[in-house]
Amino acid sequence: MYKHKQLQQIANELRIDIIKAISRAKSGHPGGSLSAIDILVYLFFNEIKRTKENALDPERHRFVLSKGHGVPALYAVLARIDLITYEELMNLRVLGSRTQGHPSYLDLPYVEASTGSLGQGLSVAIGMALAAKIDKKSYRVYCMTGDGETQEGQIWEAILSAPKFNLDNLCVILDYNKSQIDGYIKDVMDLEPLKAKLEAFKWNVLEINGHNFEEIENAFNIARETKGKPTYIIAHTIKGKGVSFMEDNVEWHGKAPNEKETELALQELEKLLVSNG
Amino acid sequence: MGKSTRLAFGETIAQLGEIYPNIVVLDADLSKSTMSNLFAKKFPERFFEMGIQEANMIGVSAGLALSGKVAYACSFACFITGRYDTIRISVAYTKANVRIIGTHAGIGIGEDGTTQMGLEDVSLMRSLPNFSVCQPCDEIETRELIKYSVQHQGPMYIRLTRQNLDKIFDDDYKFEFGKGVQLTEGNDAVIFATGALVAESLKASKILREKGINLQVINIHTIKPIDKEIIVKSAQECGLIFTAEDHNIIGGLGSAVAEILSENYPAKIIRIGLPDVFGESGTPEALYKKYGFDAESLAVKIETHLKKSS
Repeated sequence: MYKHKQLQQIANELRIDIIKAISRAKSGHPGGSLSAIDILVYLFFNEIKRTKENALDPERHRFVLSKGHGVPALYAVLARIDLITYEELMNLRVLGSRTQGHPSYLDLPYVEASTGSLGQGLSVAIGMALAAKIDKKSYRVYCMTGDGETQEGQIWEAILSAPKFNLDNLCVILDYNKSQIDGYIKDVMDLEPLKAKLEAFKWNVLEINGHNFEEIENAFNIARETKGKPTYIIAHTIKGKGVSFMEDNVEWHGKAPNEKETELALQELEKLLVSNG
Repeated sequence: MGKSTRLAFGETIAQLGEIYPNIVVLDADLSKSTMSNLFAKKFPERFFEMGIQEANMIGVSAGLALSGKVAYACSFACFITGRYDTIRISVAYTKANVRIIGTHAGIGIGEDGTTQMGLEDVSLMRSLPNFSVCQPCDEIETRELIKYSVQHQGPMYIRLTRQNLDKIFDDDYKFEFGKGVQLTEGNDAVIFATGALVAESLKASKILREKGINLQVINIHTIKPIDKEIIVKSAQECGLIFTAEDHNIIGGLGSAVAEILSENYPAKIIRIGLPDVFGESGTPEALYKKYGFDAESLAVKIETHLKKSS
């Protein structure tokens, strides 16, 4: 188990990788990658404990990134645990690379499912959790969804269905960074009151600060111990977290920083490393 | 009259469940119609009633398949292929071993009318990479196709009828994926038919034979990947080429045959199918007559074209 300080350090190092990769690709989604990275780091290092050795083990815990546009964050984690090379991470979106613009299962099986057409990943995760149940396997299935994609009808089909099957081996984490391409969620198509809705749909619902490792750990612990129903963690996050000019700025949903902006972003992120390390 | 291909599917999958513990079946509140209920009764722990949510059912099927199962996702052809993007990304783009079972294909369902008829489904599914598209023509072929489908690698779309169909094959019929099946000899004309229109084409060939016209009937059960060799060979042997399907003429078997011949043996093809229109309510018999799908209409059409071309 990594200490929270170590995880924070890793997450900030990966923020640097994310910015570099998107900057080199000259396209991609920095805002939603930076909002998700703390949760992904905790999940991969302390919860599902992904390693090169267990990455394709049939008994492994699964993680599906339903908000596929946040994949630079996932690639950064996979590179950190040597499932892809640093060069592959930096070849994000390049012709012939396994690091496709959105997760492609056939190119890179570690992403577990092909996603990016929003609203689909949670259904796939439910299928994986059902398979574990009928095979009496102990692996758990984690799925990160985006707040924008929660407007999709299929998400609500999935939310309606998981409690029917008592999928206590399923844990959804909503990266609730409050904005989408066309603006703030509350203006585009509000989700609130979200907790009440999910509770009415019979989920075990937790609400946390998605940048606080203490709260992340606590939520995953509760999810693991909750029996009979799936857990939905509403993780309040900040879009673009760690780069001041990207934070809570809708403009940075799907835009790569130019050379100057990249330099500024990296300067800020490197300061976080120093102050934290 | 034999069984409907949906019933043959239900009976077969229920039998296969005993042999293959990795088979799972899902349905979206139509299990009594798709006949997946026959599996559900025997294997309740491997049957998932998903309610009326086809998109979620398809995604869940993908997740099951990516975890080692062969997942049969069942609904009416129109409803299930209508959730196209989920099939495209969650199933096709992962090459998951999902079998999309689309029943109630074509105007042959009759009275329920257009909203329940799968009329563009083959066109949709044929254009998805990694997907195979099959449509059996009778209960025996359905049984053998479903047996084959357990072992197939990659996703499949299997199109089935509501209505009963003539039994064409004997019990010892061997299904060969990707191969057309020649059912009659003849070189006056050839008809490439699929699904319910195979039996009608066979009956048409009998009517024509009495008039001295020899019609070659080729059953195309695998529309993708299609049997290029048999299509080119039969086209070379016969003066006139027809295709017949209970589906829109755009994108289905007729288009597939046209694609093969235009690149390999350019020839005139007369496509029989729905002329880019929706269906309507009526008895299956009345609908088949109106749209020229019954044996007599097929025979008249073929005879008329033969006269024109001679």
